[in-house]
Amino acid sequence: MTRTPRLHIPHPPARPGADPDFSYVTRVPAGSVPRPDPHTRLRDLPNELIYDIVRVLDDEGTAVGPWDPGLDPDELQFGLRHMLETRAFDDHMLRMHRQGKISFYMKSRGEEAVAVAAAMALKPSDMLFPSYRVQGLQIARGRSLVDLMNQCLSNSRDMCKGRQMPIMYHWKRGNIFSISGNLTTQYPQAVGWAMAAAIKGEDDIAAAWIGEGSSAEADFHHAMTFASVYRAPVILNIVNNQYAISTFQGTAGGEHRPFAARGPGYGIPGIRVDGNDFPAVYAVTQWAAERARSGTGPTLIELVTYRVDAHSTSDDPSRYRPKNEADAWPYGDPVERLKTHLIRFGQWSETRHAALVEELKAQVERDWAEACSYGTMTAPPFLDKNELFEDVYADMPPHLIAQKKQMRALEED
Amino acid sequence: MPRMNMVQAINSAMDIMLDRDPNVICIGQDIGYFGGVFRCTDGLQRKYGEHRVIDAPIAEGGIIGSAIGMGVNGLRPVAEIQFADYIYPGCDQIISELARLRYRTAGDFFAPVTIRTPCGGGIRGGQTHSQSPEGIFTHLCGVKVVMPSNPYDAKGLLIAAIEDDDPVIFFEPKRIYNGPFDGDPDKPAVPWNTHPHSEVPAEYYTLPIGRAEIVRPGEDVTVLCYGTMVHVCQAAADFAEVDAEIIDLRTLSPLDVTTIRQSVEKTGRCVAVHEATRFSGYGAELAATVQEECFYSLEAPILRVTGWDTPYPHAFEWDYFPGKRRVAKALEQVLEMS
Repeated sequence: MTRTPRLHIPHPPARPGADPDFSYVTRVPAGSVPRPDPHTRLRDLPNELIYDIVRVLDDEGTAVGPWDPGLDPDELQFGLRHMLETRAFDDHMLRMHRQGKISFYMKSRGEEAVAVAAAMALKPSDMLFPSYRVQGLQIARGRSLVDLMNQCLSNSRDMCKGRQMPIMYHWKRGNIFSISGNLTTQYPQAVGWAMAAAIKGEDDIAAAWIGEGSSAEADFHHAMTFASVYRAPVILNIVNNQYAISTFQGTAGGEHRPFAARGPGYGIPGIRVDGNDFPAVYAVTQWAAERARSGTGPTLIELVTYRVDAHSTSDDPSRYRPKNEADAWPYGDPVERLKTHLIRFGQWSETRHAALVEELKAQVERDWAEACSYGTMTAPPFLDKNELFEDVYADMPPHLIAQKKQMRALEED
Repeated sequence: MPRMNMVQAINSAMDIMLDRDPNVICIGQDIGYFGGVFRCTDGLQRKYGEHRVIDAPIAEGGIIGSAIGMGVNGLRPVAEIQFADYIYPGCDQIISELARLRYRTAGDFFAPVTIRTPCGGGIRGGQTHSQSPEGIFTHLCGVKVVMPSNPYDAKGLLIAAIEDDDPVIFFEPKRIYNGPFDGDPDKPAVPWNTHPHSEVPAEYYTLPIGRAEIVRPGEDVTVLCYGTMVHVCQAAADFAEVDAEIIDLRTLSPLDVTTIRQSVEKTGRCVAVHEATRFSGYGAELAATVQEECFYSLEAPILRVTGWDTPYPHAFEWDYFPGKRRVAKALEQVLEMS
């Protein structure tokens, strides 16, 4: 009998029309994964960190096990508020896209804890290198929604001066780097930033986020190699939300091993965490930050979550996955889970929650009105067109001065 | 004044900048303990330590990507890519990130990275150690592209590049690291120490980025060249007995159009010369600029002398390389046309 190689083509568990099937997702009870000392050597770290999932909140909403960060109610309420603010902002911006007010948008529904909890576990002076779906980082660090809206509108107060499509924010003062449409480029940049901090003898660390799909990029390998070789003070996050546009996580290599397992191959500890579990994300980030800040080294974190909405406003997920798949996600919704936890311990109520949702909705609408007063795509005040030629170089070279004149002459014709 | 070859001049530039500015660091393959495959960083790690002269893994994207992050965090990294032929894995970081970071953040973030990389042929390097990819990078908005042709310029321009807040790609024509080369491989190698531009001040100085230099004044034809070809073009003008005005562009982007225009308005003829391939090459930009700027002064078509549009060969290097006779022929041709 002759045999020839046959390629394995990964398939998602269910296509449109089929029942959702998340049997491939590892399920472990909350509190079951041990929490080693952050300075433990890689070879002594337990395999459960990679092959199980760090979870703190159980199905009843109780925080259990060694990873419970013991956050006080104020901190948890702060986290809940900023997840809800992110969600309210996302919902509003999607509506604004549908009304033709902005050209593009990307929501983070279901992934709010990934960003908000991580931002809270880091120092404000730590440098964040975001991907495009962690807007919660900005919001948890206290950024005004008006600033974010200005960017999406490319209006007169857009921090990018109209040079980037919506959601490609940056925040110099808030220590949040610029978002690139070229994926994973921020990974080696974050490592370099962290190396510079160490060279300068500063104790600020860097953290970067990518999706599981873009972990296939060469820059992932570059970043992991450099982070490991130089023991850079950096946290490298992979947000595994199961999909890269329509591409199932298996096509990025997630079928054979968890993405977290890529860490040890480079000499970097990997941890898999329930990305919809606010205290768990906080605790794992805190653990990795302790390692980085004390010079022990980098950490690779895989945040297991689910992208509830479309990839972007240019995407239609009903063409490639079951419509009700999000409801079947075994690890629930991050907002609901934190809410349940707080209510269970008498630190929150349905009434307060509903009031907060209403308050944030009103705030987002007020912020939108204010942002629009700084201009929209169709209404003034507009950005100065001459800005088109600024910031290509620190000082404008002669050929750009000439081209700027050329453009202005056309206006005057 | 001390005499230096290109390697020593480049080494001196980094030495001075590492000494003057604690934020300057060097990173690249084999640059630290070993001192670089061309010796450009020889002794620097010993002097400044392994945290400032850093041996890197073989990962150009990682070297450039991490250098960008360092630049954003206040350092002035000087990254070495061992051969320009190996720069391509770093191109996403150069093209999409380094070049456009200042623009996309409206000036809030920038990375003052200098990328040094040896380029060009004439060393029996075949198609993976002889390329001249400068035209790929002059096409970018947001990086400056420099290629010196002698030790004095190399040091002054490299210091200027390191101090520049914009990213600079600094091409080092490796055939002339140790001596000027006029394109004739059969002649014995000439060291730098008899060349006037090998007199290099030991101390700090800069040369402005964006300025060309007339290396030989002349009346009959303007020759635009850079790097190794500056020496080849001078030999060609002698060989053809042509009164050529030879301009060493030194900075390819932004281009010193003023010096070019003044020269062509005087001579009425122009030949652009480079080692890189011809089609869509940098010479096309030069020819287009000259005809836009000087059309009514031109008495003949602008000619280009370049590498053939083939990969750089190993066996037929001197048929490929645009040497003295090819340049001389173009000079004669452009003088015959009118």
